[in-house]
Amino acid sequence: MRLTGAEMVIEALKRENVEIIFGIPGGAMIPVYDALYKSDLKHILTRHEQGAAHAADGYARATGKVGVCFATSGPGATNLTTGLATAYMDSVPVVAFTGQVPTSLIGTDAFQETDATGITMPITKYNFLVKDIKELPHVIKEAFYIARSGRPGPVLVDLPKDIQNAEGEFDYPDNITIEGYIPDPPVSKREVLRILDVIKESKKPIIIAGGGIIISEASEKLREFVNLTKIPITTTLMGLGSYPETDELSLGMLGMHGTRYANYAVSECDLLIGIGMRFDDRVTGKIEKFAPHAKIVHIDLDKAEIGKLVNTFLGVVGDAKRVLNILNEEIKSKGLSFDFSSWHETLREWKEKHPLKYDLSDEGGVKPQYIVETVGKLTNHKAIIIGEVGQSQMWAAQFYKYIEPRTHLSSGGLGTMGYGLPAAIGAKLGRPDKIVVDISGDGSFQMNLQELATISHNKIPIVIALINNEYLGMVRQWQELFYDKRYSHTSLSGNPDFVKLAEAYGIPAKRVTKNEDVESALKEAIESGTPYLIDFIVKKEENVFPMVPAGAALDDMIG
Amino acid sequence: MKETIGILVKNHPGVLSRIAGLFTRRGYNIVSIAAGTTEDPKYTRITIVAEGDKRTLDQIVHQLNKQLDVIKVIVLGRDESVRRELALLKIEIKSGMERLEVMEIANAFRANIVDIGKKIITAEVTGPTEKVNAFISLMSEFGIKEIARTGKIALSRGPMSIREEKEDIEWEEE
Repeated sequence: MRLTGAEMVIEALKRENVEIIFGIPGGAMIPVYDALYKSDLKHILTRHEQGAAHAADGYARATGKVGVCFATSGPGATNLTTGLATAYMDSVPVVAFTGQVPTSLIGTDAFQETDATGITMPITKYNFLVKDIKELPHVIKEAFYIARSGRPGPVLVDLPKDIQNAEGEFDYPDNITIEGYIPDPPVSKREVLRILDVIKESKKPIIIAGGGIIISEASEKLREFVNLTKIPITTTLMGLGSYPETDELSLGMLGMHGTRYANYAVSECDLLIGIGMRFDDRVTGKIEKFAPHAKIVHIDLDKAEIGKLVNTFLGVVGDAKRVLNILNEEIKSKGLSFDFSSWHETLREWKEKHPLKYDLSDEGGVKPQYIVETVGKLTNHKAIIIGEVGQSQMWAAQFYKYIEPRTHLSSGGLGTMGYGLPAAIGAKLGRPDKIVVDISGDGSFQMNLQELATISHNKIPIVIALINNEYLGMVRQWQELFYDKRYSHTSLSGNPDFVKLAEAYGIPAKRVTKNEDVESALKEAIESGTPYLIDFIVKKEENVFPMVPAGAALDDMIG
Repeated sequence: MKETIGILVKNHPGVLSRIAGLFTRRGYNIVSIAAGTTEDPKYTRITIVAEGDKRTLDQIVHQLNKQLDVIKVIVLGRDESVRRELALLKIEIKSGMERLEVMEIANAFRANIVDIGKKIITAEVTGPTEKVNAFISLMSEFGIKEIARTGKIALSRGPMSIREEKEDIEWEEE
C-alpha cells in the first residue's frame, strides 16, 4: 500500500489500536494533522504541549495501554519534554510524535528548529529521527514495541516535514524483535526458589511493593503471595493500589511521608523483599541506616536497579508477575506454611499506637486530610485519584486508602507540579467508567490550568478538588521546619478567584470553607456528571505528617 | 579503580553521543573513549576506560546493557586482553645531540619517527597505556609541543569475539 509519511503515521496508530491522541498542531506537523483530519481517530486538542504529554501519560497509567501525543517542531517539542521526563522517571509507556523542519534544513537553525532527539535523549527510553520514508513503518512499530515492552518508557519519533509528505510503501510488520534487546528476560526458577529459603529463616519479614507490580499487572499474584506467606506489606508511592490498604497485613505507604508503622517495620525487619521498586531516596531516608537488620531480596525486571543503591542479599531479575507465580506455585505444591504471628502482634501494636492522624477542627479552614478521606468514602476507594505534587500529593497518598491498581496516578519520580490536571484528562478518557478526582494544590493547579479549556470543551467530567492554602505548601512546610519560618517566595497571594476562573471556562464551581460542607460539595461534584471544581479554602499552614526529614533515618520521624 | 570496557553497538547516527550522554547524565567518569567500525559495517565498537568504585562500574555495565543500541558489553581485564593506544608527539629539540637522544629513546620504545624538522621531531608510539605514558614522561624532559592520543582500544585474548564472550562482570584492580 502506497502512503505518504503522514498517512503512515495515522495508519500505524490504527494498527496499534490507539484510541486517542493528545496534541497541538503546528507548521512542521500540518501534514500529519491533515492525514488525521481524513481519519476517524480521536484527537484531543490540549492548550499546551506539556498538557498533551501528561494527558498521554495519565491515559497510559490508567489503562496500561500506550499513550500517544503529537507536537510540532521547536517549541512544540521542547514543551513536551517535562511530560516525557515525567513518564520516563515513572516508567510510563508513551509514544510522542514531533514535527521537524525538512531534512534539507536540519542543522541550519531554520524556523522552529530544535534538536528534538538530542534534547530528549536522556529523558526517553529511545528516540528516532526519521530521515528516510522507507524506515518509517518499521520505526513506528519499534517505537510502540519499545515503549510498552520490558521496563516501559516514553519514545519520541521526530518526523521531518518532507518525510511526512514523501510517499512510500507501507509495510507494517506484525511482530518485531530488536537485536540486543531482551525486554522479558527468562527467570531463573532456581534463584527464585532461594527466596523461599530466606523467608523460612526469617522471623520479621516485610514486602515493599512498588510501581513494577502495577506495570506488570501482578496485583493478584501479590495478593496470593501475601495470603500464602502472611508477610506484612508496605508500598511505595508508585505502588499504591498494588495491594489493598484495607487489608490487615497492609502497612500503607512507607518513606518520607509514610506511616510510622511501615517505617518502623522496615527499620526493624530481618528480611526485606522489594518487588518492582527501586530504593528511591524518598523511600529509604538515609541510606546507610536503611533496614539495618535486614537481608534484602530485590526482585526487578531491570537488572541495573539491583545493587544500584543498596546491597542486596539476593537479587532476582525478572517480571514481578512471573516471579510471584513461581513462588506461589511452589508454596502451594509443597504445602509450605509460615508463622509470623509474633511479628504481626508487634505491627498491630505499632498500628494502634501510631495511626495516621490529624486534628479535625474548623480553625483556620478546611482540613485537607478530611477532604481526601471523604473522597475515599464517597467513591468506595475505587475512583482514580490524581495527586499533584507536594502536600496535596502526600495527603492524597496517605488518606485515600487505595484498593485497586491503576487508581492512583502521581508524578512520583520527577515530582512534576502541573501533572495532575492534564493527567486527569487522559485518565478519564481512558477509563470513562471511573470517577476521576484531581486532588490539586493551588500551586500545582496553576501550572497547567489552561487545560480547563480542554476539559470544558470536551465535557470531560473530572472533579477538581483544589486544596487552596495560598502557598507552595510543601516548600513552605520545609521552610517552617528547617529554615526558621523564612517563607522565601512560597506565598501565592495574588491567586485568582478560582470559582470565577472555572466559571469563566464554563465549568461549575463552588467554594468550601468549612469541614461540615466538604461531603455535600464533593457529593454534588461527583454526581454532577460534568467537570466540577471545588475551591477548598484549607488551613494555610497545615503540615504533612509524619515526616522523615531529608537525610534522617527512616525511623527518625517527626509529627 | 580504572577499568576497560568493550562495547559492541549498532552503527546508528548519534550512537556515540547516546553512550557518552549516558556517562554525563549519570555522572560516571570517562578516562578515555575510542570508537571505530568493525568487521561488520552495521556495528561499531567502542572502548571506554572508566573510573569509579565497584558499584559505579557495575552500574556502568548494567546501564550500558540497557541501551537499545548496545549489543554486548564486556570487561577487558589486563591479563585477559590485549590493550593498546597510540600517541603522536611533537618533541622540541634544541641541538643535534638532543635529536640523537630522542631517536635513541624512541628506538628503545619501538616508537616511529614520522617527521623530522630542525627543531621538532614527531614520534608515534603504540602500546599499553603505561608504555605510552612512560614514553611521554621521558620526552617531556626535552619539551613536548603537542600530543594527540587515541584513547585505549582492546580485544580479549583467545579465539572468542565480543559476542561470544561471557557476560559476567569480573573487576580487577589495576
